[in-house]
Amino acid sequence: MLDLKKDFPIFHTHPDLIYLDSAATSLKPQSVIDKLHEYYTDFTANIHRGIYKNAEKATEEYEETRKVVAKFINANRLEEIVFTRGTTEGINLVASTIGLDSIERGDEIVVSRMEHHSNFVPWQQLAFQTGADYKIIDLNDKYELAVTNYENGKLSLDLSGVITKKTRIMALTLVSNTLGTINPLKEIIAEAKKINPNIITVVDAAQAVPHMKVDVQQLGCDFLAFSGHKMLGPTGVGVLFGRFELLDKMSPYQYGGDMIRQVKIEATTFNDVPHKFEAGTPHIAGVIALKESIRYLQNIGFEAIRRHEQDLIKYALQALSHEFSDEVMRYGPQDTGHMGGIVTFSFKGLHPHDIVQILDEENIAVRAGHHCTMPLHDLLGVPATTRASFYIYNNENDVDKLIVGLKKAVKILK
Amino acid sequence: MSIYGEIILDHYHYPRNYKKLEKSTGKVHVDNPLCGDSIDLAIYDKDGTIRDIGFIGQGCAISLASASLLTEYAKGKSEAEIKKIDSNFVLGLLHIELSPNRIKCALLPWEGLMKLVKS
Repeated sequence: MLDLKKDFPIFHTHPDLIYLDSAATSLKPQSVIDKLHEYYTDFTANIHRGIYKNAEKATEEYEETRKVVAKFINANRLEEIVFTRGTTEGINLVASTIGLDSIERGDEIVVSRMEHHSNFVPWQQLAFQTGADYKIIDLNDKYELAVTNYENGKLSLDLSGVITKKTRIMALTLVSNTLGTINPLKEIIAEAKKINPNIITVVDAAQAVPHMKVDVQQLGCDFLAFSGHKMLGPTGVGVLFGRFELLDKMSPYQYGGDMIRQVKIEATTFNDVPHKFEAGTPHIAGVIALKESIRYLQNIGFEAIRRHEQDLIKYALQALSHEFSDEVMRYGPQDTGHMGGIVTFSFKGLHPHDIVQILDEENIAVRAGHHCTMPLHDLLGVPATTRASFYIYNNENDVDKLIVGLKKAVKILK
Repeated sequence: MSIYGEIILDHYHYPRNYKKLEKSTGKVHVDNPLCGDSIDLAIYDKDGTIRDIGFIGQGCAISLASASLLTEYAKGKSEAEIKKIDSNFVLGLLHIELSPNRIKCALLPWEGLMKLVKS
């Protein structure tokens, strides 16, 4: 088991905190906090164009993160990395530029039932705006995409009827923030492109990039969005990866400073990618500190991270079913190999808000609600569920405490 | 201190006035889609007085206990008296300190009752 709580100062402030809500946001290690602090105390300056030392230092640190990110997700070129406010902005950027420009009435946009609202609503609204057909990939009884089927561990796909010659955009999550399901997007994207080579593929990688090696070239996607704050980094900063050939042709997302080359009264020419998509002063400190979170993760290594999370969810699933057997209903794949570090459940007859409120009395931070996946909860048949999500700083003791807390909650509420 | 004190748990486990009214003069449905709290409230009013009141629904302990306490209070009161109830009064009935996130659970039945007496 990894033993990393010492690197996260929140545990110095709250030694009793059992933090099981990393799918919402992760805690921050000292190195990330130090980097934020360093920018604000040592070299505060706006980036690009400044000719003095601190501006050059800030620009260098900012652009260094672009290099670190490009290497981290194996992008082909630096220009394919656009800094955003987060996953939500990345997806909205794609929807409102290439989406709006290329979708016509009768085209199809495909998403899935398990999408976070941020990868559901932008496409739904785009479909309403353009008259496109909005198609949903439903789930099978294993809480996995209905187009997938595993037999003896071997994956087969059936995208017939789902992806057609009219499908313009397919936007899917790599890991479900509610079910924990890892979707085989490499295979799905390849299959979809076989059916329709013109399809634009968008990957919501918010729950994937913090937890597993994500390689955009291997995935074969056109766009991929993720957030800094779920991967030990600052809030308010994220990354949109886009294939250069597409980004280069796309219209800008927002207009303003830094995204222009020349402005005259009669016309404006725009800057090159990625700057064309980074209008205004960005979250400079956030971008600069993001590379520290990546370095921290790389120092541990994704093999160790994945193993740690797998051990924890196996331990948690076993403890849950051992303590509560059929009182508890769990939502997620049976095969933990298909799962990220997320365990979602409910107790029959008990409201998740009451459960997590009682857990909070024991300093256990767990989330209750629809987790921004209301269409998924419609399918589950419950308005809200309880979600415990794990990350590198959690350990088996956290799971033990969770079980004790849940037993207390059940005792009080039953 | 736990918000799941004696009063809340008593009214959650044994809700008063948890019934569908045979005869009613007003009905209302209130819900909070964010958490799934959903309450149907009905009153039987005669000569400006709430002679009977009942609710059914599902939700968290706070919203159900609040509905139970509020209906218990409202039964037999005049509509004029009920109209005067404000949110602080409802929170007072619960005898607990609630975080901002849970206050909306506690106030859901009151919102319904206000709609009934003000319509």
